[in-house]
Amino acid sequence: MTTGYFFSHRHILDIEHLSADDITCILDTAESFKEISARPIKKVPTLRGNTIINLFFEPSTRTRLSFEIAAKRMSADTFNISASTSSTTKGETLIDTARNISAMNPDIIILRHSFSGAPQMLSQHVNAAVINAGDGTHEHPSQGLLDMMTVREHKQQLHDLKIAIIGDILHSRVAHSDILGFLRMGSEVFVYGPGTLIPPGLQELGVTVCSTMKEAVEDADVVMTLRIQKERQNDPLLPSFREYAAEYGVTAKVASWARPDALIMHPGPINRGIELMPDVADGPQSVILDQVTNGVAVRMALLYLVTGKH
Amino acid sequence: MPAPLLITNGRIIDPANTVDCIGNLLIVDGRIAAPDTALPADVDEINAQGCWMVPGLIDMHVHLREPGEEYKEDIRSGTQAAAAGGFTAVACMPNTKPVNDNRAVTALILAQAKEADARVYPIAAISKKSQGSTLTEFGELKANGVVAVSDDGLPVRDSQLMRRALEYADDHGLLVISHSEEPSLSNGVMNEGIVSTRLGLKGIPNAAESIMVYREIALAECLGKRVHIAHVSTAMSTELIRSAKARGVQVTAETAPHYFTLTDEAVTGYNTNAKMSPPLRTKEDRQAIQQGLADGTFDAIATDHAPHSILEKEVEFDRAMNGIIGLETSLPLSLALVREGVINEQRLVELLSMQPAQILGVEGGTLSVGARADVTVIDPELRFTYTEEQVVSKSRNSPFLGAKLQGRAVYTIMDGRITHRSA
Repeated sequence: MTTGYFFSHRHILDIEHLSADDITCILDTAESFKEISARPIKKVPTLRGNTIINLFFEPSTRTRLSFEIAAKRMSADTFNISASTSSTTKGETLIDTARNISAMNPDIIILRHSFSGAPQMLSQHVNAAVINAGDGTHEHPSQGLLDMMTVREHKQQLHDLKIAIIGDILHSRVAHSDILGFLRMGSEVFVYGPGTLIPPGLQELGVTVCSTMKEAVEDADVVMTLRIQKERQNDPLLPSFREYAAEYGVTAKVASWARPDALIMHPGPINRGIELMPDVADGPQSVILDQVTNGVAVRMALLYLVTGKH
Repeated sequence: MPAPLLITNGRIIDPANTVDCIGNLLIVDGRIAAPDTALPADVDEINAQGCWMVPGLIDMHVHLREPGEEYKEDIRSGTQAAAAGGFTAVACMPNTKPVNDNRAVTALILAQAKEADARVYPIAAISKKSQGSTLTEFGELKANGVVAVSDDGLPVRDSQLMRRALEYADDHGLLVISHSEEPSLSNGVMNEGIVSTRLGLKGIPNAAESIMVYREIALAECLGKRVHIAHVSTAMSTELIRSAKARGVQVTAETAPHYFTLTDEAVTGYNTNAKMSPPLRTKEDRQAIQQGLADGTFDAIATDHAPHSILEKEVEFDRAMNGIIGLETSLPLSLALVREGVINEQRLVELLSMQPAQILGVEGGTLSVGARADVTVIDPELRFTYTEEQVVSKSRNSPFLGAKLQGRAVYTIMDGRITHRSA
């Protein structure tokens, strides 16, 4: 890391605006916190007296739980607001909700929202630090960071790797954060998926858009599969899941094209048998559960860093 | 009747009469007087040294929001904004509440416009409630003061309805203005490209516009009728219009200052004041739009002035309404094209005054002796920063707030009456 480096982000809104030093700092911090979750008494007083609000406008099990566990292991007070209980169902705007929550002086607001850019807007109207827990089809920075942490743990580096990302790149905020993060750290990113699910302009970012699965996966260090979102089927993106599984699913055969020590990853929840076959998901190269474990550590690091206690 | 007015020592630019010279302009009884007219005793004088005197600017595409959404704009505030921007006339789109699809709404608009600071030419809906199923009563609407028909804001999905509109409008000497977007392709919130990918926003491809532009051209060509394409935003549409004109198709077209000034990069940061329909495109499109202004593919610059309050704009980008205000920035942004050598001064006046009048078939667009004295005096050098405080419109939804601009109307004169004077 550059000498004189200091983590200075007030909010964590995306990976796009994090430098390589920022990412390294977050991952180093996360690694140092990881051991806390392995203790018999999984609690440190670091964020005692801090109020953290989980503001979730979209259903989420794992991300919300992960943030909540991270906050509680740091001794912060956490509160959960989900869309069904919030005033937005009564017609309140996000800005009004934000101002009202802000008036109760929380230290951190963790926002999950179905519209891209909502965390950025929120950050302009509250005093608290805002952490984006996934916004629309934009970014999911904590997921991108935990993916990088998992890869670094197994590969001891984040540069000069071949990262293959397979599936619905268009709608995946995880893919967007991963692409930006791995590129920023000096790796190569190859993507493959149906033409209906590849967004325009990826080449301009430095991504290699492949025309076959083999081109994407061959000699890859990491094979990242993405969830096909069943809820998007009102747009004629795919003829059927059956054909998707046959053409874009990651099977043992596909995985064999990658390096023998390649990592198989998935941000979850998995549609088993569609984008990822069960034998691969549960096979020896799979680090899917390591991703979940590291998620808590990364989120502890983010909570710690945005409160400026470092 | 206002006092006689003598504007002296300005550069008179009147392409309709192929005039471009330094001179004086005398206005008597609300009309342009012959140069040899004896000066009346009570004449007021404006020294226009260093300024241009041009026929009053005409914006053929604005939304005045009255009736129904007066919290965003009304005819009074909208025409005040027009006057402040150098416009003496505007044509207002029918997507009010209720929609201007019958003579009662048209009459209300014209009644409110009597005291306004700019002429108001109502455009009626093509279809009842702009729902795209049945034609409005073009004959009665025309007889009650409507100058054109459009379902602006909503494309006409049904090609048969558009065909019938072109035919029936022609019977009544009405212009049909098309908001050209293929609806099934235009359900995104910004231009489709690298910026929409970066921001995670749903994109609208250029093809959404060109498909519809070509449909209108094909209909106009096959039927031998005329059509006007509103707010063109893409290179592909520009080329379609250029080649149609070369074949002799009766198509005219307008573009807006934001399309020749900005690109989709302006959306970065989820700026809802850069959200409009059609969306801001790429720099290649912007370049093509400028080229189209230079070579005559476009007949008019129109703002698509679309006021929205913070209720519609201070929200998540996906939820924000489309549209920006434009009346007060159109002239300075167009003058930038003159400074950059894209168009010359005569072309500027053609695009902002002469041709809009011709397309709409209304008076104006010239400084001929005897014409109604609609005159805009422009100081092309005047520099200013466009701040929220100086916005005259009721709404503030402009991507140009804070921009340093050069050149503006220092006097706007309608019927010989000064409707705007800048300090």
